[in-house]
Amino acid sequence: MRYEKPTTVEAASALLAGQGARVLAGGTDLLVQMKARVLSPDVVVDIKGIDATRKITKDASGYTIGAAVTGAELKEHPTLSKDWPGLVEAANLIGSTQVQGRASLGGNLCNGSPAADSVPGMIAAGAVATIAGPKGTRTLPVEDIMLAPRKLALTAGEFIVSFKIPARPAHGGDAYLRFIPRTEMDIAVVGCGVALALDASGTCTAARVSLGAVAARPLLVVDAGKALIGTKVDEAALAKMEAAARAACKPIDDKRGTVEFRIDVAGTLAKRTATIALERARKV
Amino acid sequence: MQERVKKPQFDVVGTRPIRPDGVDKVTGRAKYGADLKMAGQLVGKVLRSPHAHARIKSIDISKALALAGVKAVVTAEDFPGQPSEFIPAGEGVVNYRDMSNNVMARDKVLYEGHAVAAVAALNEKTALAALDAIKVEYEVLPHVIDEMEAIKPGAPILHEDMITTGVTPAPTKASNISKRVEFNLGDITKGFAAADLVVEREFKTKAVHQGYIEPHACLASASEDGSAELWVTTQGHWVVRAYCAKLLGWDIGKIRVTSSEIGGGFGGKTVVYLEPLALALSKKSRRPVKMVMSREEVFKASGPTSGGTVKVKMGVKKDGTITAAEAEITLQAGAFQGSPVQPACMCAFANYDLENVKVVGFDVVSNRPKVAAYRAPGGPISTYGVESVVDEIAEKLGICPIELRLKNAAKEGTRAAYGPKFGPVGLVECLEAAKESDHWKAPVGPNQGRGLAAGFWFNIGGETTVSLQLNEDGTLTLMVGTPDIGGLRASLCMMAAEELKMDVSKIRPIIADTSSLGYNFLTGGSRATFSSGMATVEAARSIVKQACGRAAKLWDIPEEAVTFEDGMIRPAGENAGKHQPMHLSDIAKVAGKTGGAIVGYAAISAQGAAPSFGVHIADTEVDPGTGKVTVTRYTAIQDAGKAIHPSYVEGQYQGGAVQGIGWALNEEYIYGDDGKLQNAGFLDYRIPVASDLPMIDTIIVEVPNPRHPYGVRGIGETPIVPPMAAIGASVRRSSGVRFFELPMSPPKVLKAMKAAGKA
Ligand SMILES: Cc1cc2nc3c(=O)[nH]c(=O)nc-3n(C[C@H](O)[C@H](O)[C@H](O)COP(=O)(O)OP(=O)(O)OC[C@H]3O[C@@H](n4cnc5c(N)ncnc54)[C@H](O)[C@@H]3O)c2cc1C
Repeated sequence: MRYEKPTTVEAASALLAGQGARVLAGGTDLLVQMKARVLSPDVVVDIKGIDATRKITKDASGYTIGAAVTGAELKEHPTLSKDWPGLVEAANLIGSTQVQGRASLGGNLCNGSPAADSVPGMIAAGAVATIAGPKGTRTLPVEDIMLAPRKLALTAGEFIVSFKIPARPAHGGDAYLRFIPRTEMDIAVVGCGVALALDASGTCTAARVSLGAVAARPLLVVDAGKALIGTKVDEAALAKMEAAARAACKPIDDKRGTVEFRIDVAGTLAKRTATIALERARKV
Repeated sequence: MQERVKKPQFDVVGTRPIRPDGVDKVTGRAKYGADLKMAGQLVGKVLRSPHAHARIKSIDISKALALAGVKAVVTAEDFPGQPSEFIPAGEGVVNYRDMSNNVMARDKVLYEGHAVAAVAALNEKTALAALDAIKVEYEVLPHVIDEMEAIKPGAPILHEDMITTGVTPAPTKASNISKRVEFNLGDITKGFAAADLVVEREFKTKAVHQGYIEPHACLASASEDGSAELWVTTQGHWVVRAYCAKLLGWDIGKIRVTSSEIGGGFGGKTVVYLEPLALALSKKSRRPVKMVMSREEVFKASGPTSGGTVKVKMGVKKDGTITAAEAEITLQAGAFQGSPVQPACMCAFANYDLENVKVVGFDVVSNRPKVAAYRAPGGPISTYGVESVVDEIAEKLGICPIELRLKNAAKEGTRAAYGPKFGPVGLVECLEAAKESDHWKAPVGPNQGRGLAAGFWFNIGGETTVSLQLNEDGTLTLMVGTPDIGGLRASLCMMAAEELKMDVSKIRPIIADTSSLGYNFLTGGSRATFSSGMATVEAARSIVKQACGRAAKLWDIPEEAVTFEDGMIRPAGENAGKHQPMHLSDIAKVAGKTGGAIVGYAAISAQGAAPSFGVHIADTEVDPGTGKVTVTRYTAIQDAGKAIHPSYVEGQYQGGAVQGIGWALNEEYIYGDDGKLQNAGFLDYRIPVASDLPMIDTIIVEVPNPRHPYGVRGIGETPIVPPMAAIGASVRRSSGVRFFELPMSPPKVLKAMKAAGKA
């Protein structure tokens, strides 16, 4: 096994285009899988030497968050938690304090688990990934990146450099909740991210609802968002959204939960998450 | 209420000094099973079965042996075959054929993870490559996992020679039922006829693992001269020595076993897995061999405790008097016979003073890892069923669950269904303490409920040896042979200090190896503080006696004319003459000149262990949207006899309660249809994490055991007996649904609440 730490996007892409190459960000998934002998890459390409993967920048259009920025760094950012508290909370649910010092948004997404906590948070926020590869750079909404467990829409040599998170709407709020049987150190049985925006009168003008762990990939549930848009996000609208969230679920029965349970909880969480997002939107 | 024995005041016993092993544990200096290194040591690894049940057609180790860096490979051929005999050992019996076949499969593999070969190599990478290079040809056989499936006609049979014992006439065909046991008292038919209300229920519990944080680990070094040393994390190194000697056909006296610090055992470290393999590999390779299990191996190949099916039927009069009690308990033994079904049956109704009882139990093998002891083995399982029924009776009769139990509680003189009459016991005192507790009187919030249950454990004594040396400067060295899992060394030093009227910090304890001290049965059965305490007191008194003898010599007066009072050795009264009283340290300084070293030695078989009863109160809150149960308040109340070091008694109460909470809410072995364990790790085998729990409050009740110098009972096991029923009773009230199956995990709770229109 070879370890490489390129400092440019181009060098990284070139290395990644080779056989048996794998991106290393925080390593909290990759190293665990290597130790368990699930993965045995020939080349480990550490992307943390590339400046763009490690910084958060803010301008009028929103935030650009490097793919290898850690959960702890997201939380420490002076304004990000105020603008996108749901996204930061989602990223901060990953693992423990120790894991937080390493785990990244890029790694969470590209590990390819439908249960990844930060992914519904990113999808709800409307995050778009900037992808670098041998043929240059392209962008793709986060909801289009993971196709199935461990399967991504990235081609050979491609990796995610950063995520673009739009500027928060004037009256916007987001939230993320997950269900786990314990209080921490667990994997989401259901995860739900909601971001919504209100106009001055309190009518919902935009809403994105995303569910994790209820299908082969994290879902953007367009119908659930639609159920809120144009309403005052009252009980009736929430009930409609809850039903839409349940209808979108295509979960599996496994050791972490039954199909029935996941569908039930997806509805419960969607409603609870939307309620928090609504409160936040009303306060700003 | 019975009379409490009048409690003497003690100087040291009952206080809370810092534990002698504490500093090294918090700094990381303490050496656990995996912490010892020897020059030239090899890495040992085990090849394990991928199948739940298969015949081993052949094992080809030649490619592994040919790898550079591989120094030895062992298979079942390297261990002498053992006859199938049941040999008494400590609390139970062992069958060395089963033990041998469990540590290394012979002919058949009986569960996923069953060891088939072991290798020793220069490093881990080579050892793993060697495992890959071993070719095992299997003929896969049908498997059976669930105990109720395993007893059905036509189920795959694990052992062709297993004829159920305890049944007359003996069956002629092999089955997966190893034995049937039965306990009777009075006449249940009459008892049920006299009942106004009969409640009959069936409960199911899942296999759960002890979950000790430290995986099994050992380091073995066998010499060409037939002697061997073994460093190991264990609850009983004499037991390890005996097992290894037998399995290898070596002399007991030539094996020296040292127990490391132990990172939890809970009963699971009372058996051998890696130890005989490491010794055999060391002998073959002529190098020290270190073996450490991964967590996955711990789950797949070391003993959980049984899951089981418990049927309970109880009859009561309208006033709450229990007239009859019946139970049928079927427990998983794992792949080899030996579930704790007997103690499960004996515990089932031990909380109550009953006239008519019948308990039947079945020990059932299936394609799971062989069970090992887990804190009060069997007791929590049967008690979960019985105490849940008692709670339902209380509800149906509209009687307070404490009053119902007080009405029927076992007390001094009660004859237990399994035979003996209880001496002084503290169940009534615990129930009274529960009734008076702030917790019981506090209001419960919305979606919350409160439950209560009682529990019992026998406790044992047994073979124990300690040595107490008075050093030249008056300090003492205490050598004990029961590994210290929960504060034992502190408690023993305190008893010695109490006897000798010394500063407890002047007594330094060690856990001696098997060649330094006489035989000690293991730390288990809640026996260590009781038995080693008794032996320590005896050794301390011997020191006093010897010291008085030395003073008599110095003062030239008869030994009877010397007394030990307030820590000083004095002439007894005026007639003995005027001599300056001497401190033990003064005698220590002149020990050499007055007859040699002063050493107290006690080799006893401790008798008079007394049972401990406990009562737990649990509050839970249920989220009706997700079915998640949160324990919001918890109080563990238990009779300690005497709490030598109250902090470690409380620690045991809290730890047992927490393990029980895990058992009740989330822990379970989950198998796929392929017979493979799906959650062999702490991610999906969910023991509670700290943030899942409220502070576990404790109330220590003290009804002294008259047969121990300080009144000690065992206390380590009882705390895991009541929690499942207490939480079940609590969830009944918080969710509105009564559950009959563990764990009460969110999917089950939500489904049942929906069905009952409560979610
Ligand atoms: C104890 C523990 C607890 C955990 N708890 C949680 C939890 O609660 N919730 C949760 O969702 N996860 C959890 N995880 C999983 C893990 O921590 C997260 O998925 C984390 O976000 C991964 O980020 P990383 O930077 O460490 O990724 P890495 O391990 O470095 O990478 C993960 C995968 O993504 C690929 N990759 C990484 N970055 C990129 C990129 N920029 N472009 C393309 N591919 C890339 C890697 O090649 C690898 O395959 C836990 C892990 C541990 C060890």
